Amino acid sequence: MKNNKKVSAIAAAAIMASSTAVMAGEVEVLHWWTSGGEAASVGYLQDKLSDAGVSWTDFAVAGGGGENAMTVLKSRAISGNPPTAAQIKGPSIQEWGDLGFLADIDAVAQANDWDSLLPKVVSDVMKHNGKYVAAPVNVHRVNWMWSNPEVFRAAGATIPTTWDDFMVQAKKIQDAGYIALAHGGQAWQDATLFEAVVLGVGGADYYKKAFVETDMSALQSDTTLAVFETFGQLRQFIDTNSPGRDWNVATSMVINGEAAMQIMGDWAKGEFKVAGKSVGTDYTCTAAPGTSGTHTFNIDSFAFFAQADASATAAQAVMAAEILGSDFQEVFNLNKGSIPARLGMSRDKFDSCAHDSMDAFVASSQTGGLVPSFAHGMAVSSAVSGAIYDAATNFFNTNQSAEEGVRQLVGAIAAAK
Amino acid sequence: MNLKMLSGISLGRVAIYLILIVFALLYLAPLYVMLTTSLKDIEEIRSGNLLALPNDPTFYAWIKAWSSACTGSECNGLAPFFWNSVKIVVPAVLISTVVGAFNGYVLAKWKFKGSELLFGALLFGCFIPFQVILLPMAILLAKLGLANTVSGLVLVHVIYGVAFTTLFFRNYYVGIPTELVRAAQLDGAGFLNIFRHVFLPLSTPIFVVTIIWQFTQIWNDFLFGVVYSGPGTQPITVALNNLVNTSIGGKEYNVDMAAAIIAALPTLFVYVVAGKYFVRGLTAGAVKG
Amino acid sequence: MLNLLEKHLPKIVIAPTTVAMIVCMYGFILWTGLLSFTKSRMMPQWDFVGFEQYVRLFDNPRWHIALDNLFIFIFLFIAISLVLGLLLAIFLDQRIRNEGAIRTIYLYPMAISFIVTGTAWKWILNPGLGIEKLLRDMGFVDFEFRWLVDPDMAIYTIVIAAVWQSSGFVMAMFLAGLRGVDDNLTKAAKIDGASAIRLYWHIILPIMRPVFFSAIVILTHIAIKSFDLVQALTGGGPGYASDLPANFMYTFAFNRAQMGVGAASAMIMLFGVLAVLIPYLYSELREKKS
Repeated sequence: MKNNKKVSAIAAAAIMASSTAVMAGEVEVLHWWTSGGEAASVGYLQDKLSDAGVSWTDFAVAGGGGENAMTVLKSRAISGNPPTAAQIKGPSIQEWGDLGFLADIDAVAQANDWDSLLPKVVSDVMKHNGKYVAAPVNVHRVNWMWSNPEVFRAAGATIPTTWDDFMVQAKKIQDAGYIALAHGGQAWQDATLFEAVVLGVGGADYYKKAFVETDMSALQSDTTLAVFETFGQLRQFIDTNSPGRDWNVATSMVINGEAAMQIMGDWAKGEFKVAGKSVGTDYTCTAAPGTSGTHTFNIDSFAFFAQADASATAAQAVMAAEILGSDFQEVFNLNKGSIPARLGMSRDKFDSCAHDSMDAFVASSQTGGLVPSFAHGMAVSSAVSGAIYDAATNFFNTNQSAEEGVRQLVGAIAAAK
Repeated sequence: MNLKMLSGISLGRVAIYLILIVFALLYLAPLYVMLTTSLKDIEEIRSGNLLALPNDPTFYAWIKAWSSACTGSECNGLAPFFWNSVKIVVPAVLISTVVGAFNGYVLAKWKFKGSELLFGALLFGCFIPFQVILLPMAILLAKLGLANTVSGLVLVHVIYGVAFTTLFFRNYYVGIPTELVRAAQLDGAGFLNIFRHVFLPLSTPIFVVTIIWQFTQIWNDFLFGVVYSGPGTQPITVALNNLVNTSIGGKEYNVDMAAAIIAALPTLFVYVVAGKYFVRGLTAGAVKG
Repeated sequence: MLNLLEKHLPKIVIAPTTVAMIVCMYGFILWTGLLSFTKSRMMPQWDFVGFEQYVRLFDNPRWHIALDNLFIFIFLFIAISLVLGLLLAIFLDQRIRNEGAIRTIYLYPMAISFIVTGTAWKWILNPGLGIEKLLRDMGFVDFEFRWLVDPDMAIYTIVIAAVWQSSGFVMAMFLAGLRGVDDNLTKAAKIDGASAIRLYWHIILPIMRPVFFSAIVILTHIAIKSFDLVQALTGGGPGYASDLPANFMYTFAFNRAQMGVGAASAMIMLFGVLAVLIPYLYSELREKKS
């Protein structure tokens, strides 16, 4: 009975959302987007909802890439009082779904035809047991390399396209007195770099087998050893002051011409823009070495929690519909440097890096080069990705041999499964 | 008491002053960095020396931190959260202090079978890592209907503050002669009257110490504040954390530093103004076992 | 009737605290203890698996580093804070001009939350930005201070910041203790011709034993809570070289869906600290009674 009421409320809301009828309702949204551009994007969504008659209770908890927000979410969920929606992504959505906390928003998804709006790789992440439980806001590409052409010119080097070439060019840059690779020594940044090496050295098939399916024989193969050898070689190309450095400080090293390259997701673009630099002349965006034609994706999304109250459920549906609206997708992604999660949108306002990212996204989905980012919680459970973080960051910050690196990685993943 | 024999040689006194001043400078260094950074504009922070004085001091960062920095989708600075903190801290400090005073009084002067054990058990409570109690406490608060409310947060702070306030008061009251209690009893005074007429008048110093300690602890608390608050009741430390954490670029260090100092102003104020009474209060016996 | 009430009033007054303590301290520890024997991942789940989570915990190299760091940290933090606090208090007790201002300077770090002070410390300790750069710019070109970026030394930077934050408070406690010492005692010692060092070592310090006790209790409490310190200063890095058990526990329980391992780490941490403390507290409390 209660369920029936919920379903009809969702259906009603879905229809109303598309006809922008006014209705009351409230959403309480847990997220960790608190910095300038992101806050403005969330504010935009808030305005869209208020136009649709839904009030927004903002529940922002920043820190540690969502670590604090997850602690809050767990304490809210365990006390039977989860927020209406929370910023959760990747396999975590499945974990919350398995525990029975998530709300089925399939009605609004069907009414707005999400199955044809969203690429399958995106919609798969948003569904639990075949029903939509979350709505995607964007797609980040993680395997980008940002370069300062001026430094390359001064050092007589060329932008590397393979990891072998990277070592050659980086050496030239270093000899010319520059820092070859700008890097911040934090666990997630170490993992981001490691991920680029895994994909560049091992290729997409190996990547999926070892770091998505966590197949033990793939993890123990010689490819993993080669990955760690390459990863270990990178230690010499970063400066010794990198531990603890924020990623945006590393980006500013590329901007100032202190360093030549940084491997970082597309959000780094914002830093170049703020500094007034233009793409092509002041900086370039290319795929990380050896990963051209592939796309490591990182999708941010809001998952919806089951609510006891029917008006909250209705408001939830309005929110879901608005998130997929082309207005919000455009504003949000222009602010954040990512590309819209939904298809069929005008690309006029996006820059050339975003165009590259869109093209790579479509092309790689045909060739099998489209892979989820494990460094950003898209590929494996939080336990396993944590294990990879530990192994990668410990290896990179000590003088561990490649053999020892493999051994610790395999051990950590086995223990976390 | 002083080192008169040492200071007979003025060289010794010079050395003492020198050591005190060097340490004072070391202690001030982080505050200096924070203050100067908060008065610089972002260009100067990016290009200049961290330890240099600002070329052209500006209060832009302070104004932004107080009234217009983003702490979520709202961009109203720290101001609204300041009052949230006040609403949590004032009742929590008062209740935990009063409860601690009574507990200390009982444990010091009205011992009963098992009261020493109780004190020991309470003392060990000071060493629980708070991460351990996050989830069970969330369940308990929900059962009490206090989840994500100011009252709930006050309750949590009182429960985990009482171990310390009891310790302070008990140690202080132990130093008050038991003969005073006996004499008052002979005059026919009871438990409450003795507390009111004998102990309370002697308690000002320890109240000062306890209130300062509790005020600092609760005002600066982040963990409880983030987990047990809800939208609209978040304390200032949570807002500060939201303000300084950016997952995408444009970190404004000057605003961060100004915000940190603003968030610390009430506690700084207490230490500067009441610091004298703090040491006096401690002297009056709070530190006696 | 009234007499009966009067007789039991002390127990009635302390009853709420007792109930809260039993439920919210010991009850919750028990809850966590039980949780550590379950296979809980994302959320508590009461399927018991024996000591499996403890095995997992001790197989994890990161845990061993965190545990070692805890003992290094607690020991150094308490020892340095006590020594520094005591020395500053003794010096400050020599009829110093501007005592109030200096005392406030030593005390103020306690008032500031580490969420942002951590950033200031990060800059000061960073070789490319802070002390090392400053001294090199001043002409000491070979000066090195790279603890923050050295995996073997990073934990000591956390000790430095923690001492900075808490030693002023300890200083205040000792200063209060010194002020409380009976002047006649010191006068008598002076007449005997005792040297200043002998005076402090043999007469004053033994009197201040209770102050040491209170200071150690408070410092241990602070040390166990030093979680935001690590978070803000090193983030546990380089790698996970400066991780502390509280951070390990928080990450595993709340962010990595390994709640069982997190609970097990909390229990080890709690009992590790208590095993060291209980004998000390017990002996101190006992001696006072006799």
